[in-house]
Amino acid sequence: MSDAREPVTGIEVPINLKYEFTAGAALARFLSSIREGRIVGQRCPGCSSVYVPPRGSCSRCGIATEEEVEVSDRGVIESFTIVHIPLPGNPVKPPFIAANILLDGTDMACLHLVSEVPTERVVVGMRVQAVWKPREEWGYTFENIAWFKPVEGA
Amino acid sequence: MATQPEILTKSFELGYTYTRSTGPLIGRFLTGLRERRIHGVRASDGRVIVPPAEYDPQTAAALDELVPVADTGTVTTWCWVCEPLAHHLLPHPFAFALVRLDGADVPLLHLVDAGDETAMRTGMRVRARWSDDPRGSITDIACFEPV
Repeated sequence: MSDAREPVTGIEVPINLKYEFTAGAALARFLSSIREGRIVGQRCPGCSSVYVPPRGSCSRCGIATEEEVEVSDRGVIESFTIVHIPLPGNPVKPPFIAANILLDGTDMACLHLVSEVPTERVVVGMRVQAVWKPREEWGYTFENIAWFKPVEGA
Repeated sequence: MATQPEILTKSFELGYTYTRSTGPLIGRFLTGLRERRIHGVRASDGRVIVPPAEYDPQTAAALDELVPVADTGTVTTWCWVCEPLAHHLLPHPFAFALVRLDGADVPLLHLVDAGDETAMRTGMRVRARWSDDPRGSITDIACFEPV
């Protein structure tokens, strides 16, 4: 049997991993708070570092964290990347800016989007503030913050 | 200590849309499957390896001599799957088996659709059941079935 089709040079081999994720105690408290529009992290009893989102322990000291700390929705860009390649299933269209943002009062950056600024104007050290979605859209997700934008007048 | 946290769970799916380039050797193997032909590769010690290895297991030299093998063979070992999962290629119980194709020296991992576990035995003869719509994939062999 002959076949006029082109020789095979590639194959599609998608891998789909199905997870049932349960947030631990620390993350569940964080998500319950952000549902109310508050950002709540945890402070390490050893080194006093504040983590957002909290993981329930301090990776530096290796001890459990319990004390809850509400922090600001403003911070500073610690690093960023401008993404030009679309990700399958990602509703955010490139180019977009993904940034590590160190919220005021915290000691470890969290990853979020930066928008409302031309990409060429973004710099490390830029002050940013959260842009919250309308309250009726809030859920148990960090995406209640649509993105961060430069602090006006900063 | 704060009050008990809510128990929050959520299902999510992480998908990687891999497209793999198959290279000169595996590409020819898959093109052969699309024509319902199975090929192995001849290694430096004369053995025929199916599916073809791109590099020699002993010398690491690139291999390129494809050798046709039969679509019949012998089960060398097997494991019965009583309750297939959603991603398995047969919806009913089947065996995963190593099948040494006639003309090959190394067995191939595939499915055997034997109907019932009692029909399975090491040394049994099987034949490939080909897909109705071969498209250049190992699943062009839908499964093997007892001869």
